Amino acid sequence: MEDNVKKIMHVMRRAPHGSIYTYEGLEMILIMAAYEQDLSIAFIGDGVYALKKNQNTEGISMKGFAKTFMALDGYDVEKLYVDRVSLAERGLTEDDLLVDVELLDSAEIGRRMSEQDVVIHH
Amino acid sequence: MLHTINTSPFESPAMEECIRFVQPGDPVLFIENGVYAVQNGNRFTDAIAALQKTSPVFALQPDLDARGISSVAPGVEGIGYDGFVDLVEAHQVNSWL
Repeated sequence: MEDNVKKIMHVMRRAPHGSIYTYEGLEMILIMAAYEQDLSIAFIGDGVYALKKNQNTEGISMKGFAKTFMALDGYDVEKLYVDRVSLAERGLTEDDLLVDVELLDSAEIGRRMSEQDVVIHH
Repeated sequence: MLHTINTSPFESPAMEECIRFVQPGDPVLFIENGVYAVQNGNRFTDAIAALQKTSPVFALQPDLDARGISSVAPGVEGIGYDGFVDLVEAHQVNSWL
């Protein structure tokens, strides 16, 4: 059974509502979590916007899924990494984010990336 | 880990993001519209030179040819599909789609 567990990192790189990438990525993460894979999620570039507090999508008739990120620890997905530079250059801080994350330097996220069996960008 | 970039750096931040996360020694391969990054003399030439201090940089020759790019940034190696396969065999792939 242990042999079937892969280290898989999902890299969120796009803002949440302009395309389907973030939402589909989240769906993929939930499916993989059901198979008890060793998952982590890195938020870099515009991907950090997915975790922004106070998103209200009612007015754009889109399903809001930001809160789903808060439910991830219920699926044992607890390794959430945010790129410090990406957050800072968008004028955001950890207090602007919905969930507890590890704020990391790019080099450290890069190092963790290189430890994965699979890296999937969204 | 082999990093592949398939979008023009004028269109997408993929290359600039990738460069921040590349580990020293990791090869970087430009494919499809990504090859516009290595056209010599564009505004990314300095970034490509800086990247080459720690990583080998490749571009897929058929994609360069298809786009009429005959002059690439110094040090960038054009490779064919066989070279692409060799890189994929030797490294985990990180595709910056």
